[in-house]
Amino acid sequence: MLRKIVLFIIISICFVLQTTTFQFFSFANISPNLLIIVVSAFGFMRGKREGMYIGFFCGLLMDIFFGHYLGVYALLYMYVGYINGFFQKRFYPEDIKLPLVLIGGSDLLVNLFIYIFMFLFRSRFDFGYYLLAIIIPELVYTMVITIFLYFILLKVNQKLEAYEKRRSIKFDL
Amino acid sequence: MRTFRNIKKKQIESRHMLFILSAVCVLAIFFSLVFNINGGPLKTIAGYVFVPMQQGINNTGAWIFDKANDFRTLSDVLKENEELQAQVDELQKLLTDSKLSQYELENLRELLALDEKYPSYEKVAASVIAKDSGNWFSTFTINRGSEDGIEAGMNVIAGSGLVGIVTDVGPNYAKVRSIIDDSSNVSAMIATTGDNFNVSGNLQSMNESMVISFSGLKDEDDQVKVGDPVVTSYVSDQYQQGILIGYISSIEKNSNNLTKTGTITPVVDFEHLEDVLVITKLKETGE
Repeated sequence: MLRKIVLFIIISICFVLQTTTFQFFSFANISPNLLIIVVSAFGFMRGKREGMYIGFFCGLLMDIFFGHYLGVYALLYMYVGYINGFFQKRFYPEDIKLPLVLIGGSDLLVNLFIYIFMFLFRSRFDFGYYLLAIIIPELVYTMVITIFLYFILLKVNQKLEAYEKRRSIKFDL
Repeated sequence: MRTFRNIKKKQIESRHMLFILSAVCVLAIFFSLVFNINGGPLKTIAGYVFVPMQQGINNTGAWIFDKANDFRTLSDVLKENEELQAQVDELQKLLTDSKLSQYELENLRELLALDEKYPSYEKVAASVIAKDSGNWFSTFTINRGSEDGIEAGMNVIAGSGLVGIVTDVGPNYAKVRSIIDDSSNVSAMIATTGDNFNVSGNLQSMNESMVISFSGLKDEDDQVKVGDPVVTSYVSDQYQQGILIGYISSIEKNSNNLTKTGTITPVVDFEHLEDVLVITKLKETGE
């Protein structure tokens, strides 16, 4: 229960920050993607199931407030969370290389899908431009934010896991 | 008891759950595509939870941004200030009188022009609370919703020109798609000649040179020039007639020699959009 509440708060904060404050601090019209960091990080920290649910919830939020059709982002983010869950076995908290690669890869994947389904299909063929003007800058900016946000998420998760462990021991006694 | 619950929970495997949720998403996409149903009660809940937060953060964010900006420009300004102070003193007396009267004149002129341009439309003031979380589209939400009489399809203007259209409403917020959004299309006409054509938002041209593109302009006599005002057309079934969109910034002849394409500089400053007006009259399409 505590985990659900904490997760809800984290997602809310990231969503609200991303849609308000980070729009003010955007460089050259590019703002970082905080939600993909949350989805991806909990995916590889906690596994497929939790990644999937968090992705679904984050995507749904974006759909409700900004999406063209309800469900598009939910579907996309859910799969991102799920796929990140496959890397749970290779995940070591001290090592930041894997998180960076996974979060970067997730951001890239999401933007490629958005480009293909929402731009290419409307005959915007200049992929090179969109890659250089949107996808790469967002990737870089997101990676920079990841370095800070990842450690916060990691700490929160470790605290939660310690709390859950204490509770389950109490129950067994 | 607890172990039993754990076992029961694990019975739905995560890949089955993934399958179920995928089906839910696909159904939701299908419904919003075909029946235009977007969320329903979900919007109400989300609206009441997130809109107040966004509004609060937004005010703080704007304040911090202002302060940061102040700080950055402070050193430059200090240097300039000394140099200019001497000049200013001399010129100030002369300037004050003429400036004041001119400012007044301009304001009155603007008011008069605006009133003449949009005479009969009832408007509701709203402020922008959140912008699209991604970098691909230019949609934003405003702090007025169905409780304030906003409906999908209403036009949104700011200052002197067209901002966009309300695409979806919650109880206390509304989703607005701006005319610079890549998927936006507006039927427009040249105010001077009345030629109809299509204005579409374009992410690429907007990023590169702050213009949006138009196409399908029939102008055999080459009457349309750079700088001509573009307004919404009477043939549009979404936009009220005669709202200023922007000014033509370039024209090109198509290879078929029949129509022209080009770019328009919007009059609204989309970078710093804070307050907007929603026209609470829907376009009558005669259906």
